[in-house]
Amino acid sequence: MPETANELTKLGVKEIRDGVAGGDFTAREVAESFNAAVAAAAELNAFIVTTPDHALAAADAVDAKRAKGEDLGKMGGVPIGMKDLFATHGVQTTAASHILEGFKPQYESTVSQNLWDAGAGMLGKLNLDQFAMGSSNETSYFGNVNSPWKKDGTNAAMSPGGSSGGSSSAVAARIAPAATGTDTGGSIRQPAAFTGICGIKPTYGRCSRWGVVAFASSLDQAGPMARSVEDCAIMLEAMAGFDPKDATSLQMDVPNWEAALDADLKGKKIGIPKEYRMDGTDQAILDSWEQGKAWLRDAGAEIVDISLPHTKYALPAYYIIAPAEASSNLARYDGVRYGLRDLPDGAGLQDMYAATRAAGFGDEVKRRVLIGTYVLSAGFYDAYYTQAQKIRTLVAQDFENAWAECDVILAPTTPTASFPLGSLNEDPLTMYLNDVFAVPASLAGLPAMSVPATINEDGLPLGLQLVGKPFDEQGVLNAGLAIQQRAGFEAKPEKWW
Amino acid sequence: MEKYRIQGATGEWEVVIGLEVHAQVTSNAKLFSGASTAFGAEPNTQVSLVDAAMPGMLPVPNRECIRQAVRTGMAIEAQINKWSRFDRKNYFYADLPQGYQISQLYHPIVGEGQLVIEADEKAGIPEDKIIGIERIHVEQDAGKLMHDQHPTMSYVDLNRTGIALMEIVSKPDMTSPAEAGAYVRKLRSILRYVGSCDGNMEQGSMRADVNVSVRKVGSSELGTRTETKNVNSVRFVMAVIEQEARRQVDLIEDGGSVVQETRLYDPDRNETRSMRSKEDAHDYRYFPDPDLLPLELEDSFIEECRASLPELPDAKRQRYENELGLTPYNARELTAEVETFGRFETLLSATASQIGKPEAKVATQVANWALSVAPGVMKSLGDEADPANATAEAQAKILAMQDKGEISGGQAKEIYEHVLRTGGDPEAIADEKGLKQVSDTGAIEEAIDGIIAANGDKVEEYRGGKDKLFGFFVGQTMKAMQGKANPAVVNQILKDKLG
Repeated sequence: MPETANELTKLGVKEIRDGVAGGDFTAREVAESFNAAVAAAAELNAFIVTTPDHALAAADAVDAKRAKGEDLGKMGGVPIGMKDLFATHGVQTTAASHILEGFKPQYESTVSQNLWDAGAGMLGKLNLDQFAMGSSNETSYFGNVNSPWKKDGTNAAMSPGGSSGGSSSAVAARIAPAATGTDTGGSIRQPAAFTGICGIKPTYGRCSRWGVVAFASSLDQAGPMARSVEDCAIMLEAMAGFDPKDATSLQMDVPNWEAALDADLKGKKIGIPKEYRMDGTDQAILDSWEQGKAWLRDAGAEIVDISLPHTKYALPAYYIIAPAEASSNLARYDGVRYGLRDLPDGAGLQDMYAATRAAGFGDEVKRRVLIGTYVLSAGFYDAYYTQAQKIRTLVAQDFENAWAECDVILAPTTPTASFPLGSLNEDPLTMYLNDVFAVPASLAGLPAMSVPATINEDGLPLGLQLVGKPFDEQGVLNAGLAIQQRAGFEAKPEKWW
Repeated sequence: MEKYRIQGATGEWEVVIGLEVHAQVTSNAKLFSGASTAFGAEPNTQVSLVDAAMPGMLPVPNRECIRQAVRTGMAIEAQINKWSRFDRKNYFYADLPQGYQISQLYHPIVGEGQLVIEADEKAGIPEDKIIGIERIHVEQDAGKLMHDQHPTMSYVDLNRTGIALMEIVSKPDMTSPAEAGAYVRKLRSILRYVGSCDGNMEQGSMRADVNVSVRKVGSSELGTRTETKNVNSVRFVMAVIEQEARRQVDLIEDGGSVVQETRLYDPDRNETRSMRSKEDAHDYRYFPDPDLLPLELEDSFIEECRASLPELPDAKRQRYENELGLTPYNARELTAEVETFGRFETLLSATASQIGKPEAKVATQVANWALSVAPGVMKSLGDEADPANATAEAQAKILAMQDKGEISGGQAKEIYEHVLRTGGDPEAIADEKGLKQVSDTGAIEEAIDGIIAANGDKVEEYRGGKDKLFGFFVGQTMKAMQGKANPAVVNQILKDKLG
């Protein structure tokens, strides 16, 4: 590979977009460089399928536009990774499941279409936890995703987080400048934190869910994952927007987040929720939180203590609501119309359902379908689902009350750094605790972002989380930018793949 | 007539009936997808990605379907719920692609309402009766399985999948098959007036789940009910109730007990059969559909719905009686069906303007014509009649001629026969065929003079007080005039001359 090609994969979204627009290099050169980097990184298992031709075609279109002096779009010339939860026309879309293996949609998700319309191209479909259920990227039918990071002094394969683990791994390894993610209960923020990159889940409804394989409809929200706050702002602008095909889509204009980025936080109040100081949280995480406060104070913000009293109920409530919705959302994978069909000899309809779903779903998916079915069952509905919805309301009210005292909330993204693949497999509850800090913002539908803060004593990245008021992605991005500027996070994984 | 009773070995029983009517909403598009709703299309040609439940597809409510449900609610004087919500009813079946039906369990769009079934002595409904309606909710229809296309496989047609249904749930207010039949007919009439459902039971646009229980006369407790699903005609609804009530009474009197269960009606054998009992009933795991926000109706939308409502059957019937002066029977007959009152009102308006009198002055004449004379002529001609010739204009002209005394009732029928055969102009036909009454007093006087002269004895008797003989003179005069004399003129001249 020529020297310049290697150099191009170091670039982020903004640098590529501006470089292509300015004629420093062509979009095709960028696409070729990343295609080559993707092809050389098979060991990460970040992609389920690669689509080099898609990336090249999009790049050529951008180069042709530039030759004609036309507008190149918000993401003009930027090749990205697409989480394999987004339906892509004619390109296999699996949600990392066996049941959808080989499924090629005849439609394009709104978010991916928005990105292509903005000039982006697709490097491939990124691996993830099956149906976005998981926090370590170990539930994919297509194998674990490896983090590019290693714990100092060990060679153990580390988790890139989940469910958007293919996205985090690819962006951290610099085989994609950015990737789409989806976040139901932390699936953008936790992998971003584990891999030293940025990721933002916007306000629920900002990004259309049309064409995104559903996990838990009232929580699912797409967002960008990239290596800087600016890149996230740019890409989120391209992804977001009202979509009449999604009844929960926000009927609001997309703000110009990139142009309004401002790290000066004078007059802003940053809330520190006391309930996020939980047992079992790493000291290094707590230290980085203290450091984060200092950075934001340095940026002009006032730090205030706040209380979110129902925080401890959020995770249990989430693990009722999300599986309940999932148990129903996944009923359509029945072997009748598309995807896997397992029809044993002489089998009837019920046998076909059972065989197809037994073969097509992985253990974690089955676990959640069972939980969801149970909590919605006659006699249990009120005790579980209704109670969980009440908690959800209380959690949202906690935030409403907090906004009277602060503009943005600062908290850790996760209680720990990344862990070796396989280390939590036998312990789903500990695995679920990974999202304990991420889930409250999901239940409340609030914009929330993880930005890299520092490296712990094992050489692994730690992230800080910023949660904002409804529709105030700008406040979140600005606080994130203030941290980014002060953290000076330059660490990157050493290439081993 | 007696109340409906089932005679059992241990005494008399009464039946308690509630109906859940599923009415397909008239709309070009399905409840949550843009797909077409055309009936009879090739299998799987009216299916969107949403209907087929492809991964990542989302429902978006169709405003027209909501509007029709609200208008229907208004037509049964029901509470319109400004806040309602969709729930998922979860179960697996091959005709249900999503694995759930989107319905409204907890918060339906329409709350309590009512309709009135009219007294019908012959049918055993001695007086008007109010039937309560519990609620109307909207939900998706399922697809259709075809088991006769392949020796070992079943085929699925998703054309019907996702079409909007209104489920109209009555209270258990009906106590006889006749009342249930009248309820379905009245509901169908209202739906068709409103235009929210075509009421076509043969095509499955309307079907009923029939809930039946029995109890000893005098008891106030409800018995265990059965639900017979998907009954698709008024006749079958009534038959189900008769069969099911009899079956339940026999069962209880033989020492058994009624099981709460779902049953199916077999019209060929006129009996109901158990489909599944409560024990193996589904647990539908209803919960609010997270893909959809609660449905909140704005005041302007509700007002628009109300403003778009036509005059409804009861109001129209009363207006026909009170303002047009029609008999209760005629008013009811004319208002039962949308087509009937439509034709009547067109003809009434044309006739009134042809004659130059207010509608109320000619309404009775037009009603009699529309309900008995015209259909009689049409029927007597059979295939010779071309219904396309039955225009309001032609009929109005005939009625106007009759009103002016130019033609008799018999002549009107004759002229109408020609009109139906040929499509000719009634006035021209009357002239050509000589189908006109004579009102020329000279000719009539001449005839009467002759009759008086020839019947001196009868004249004496009449003048002596035998009033009945007046009819004789009329008959003789009409005979002499070959039936074409205007009876009113004949009467007048006879009275003058006979003194």
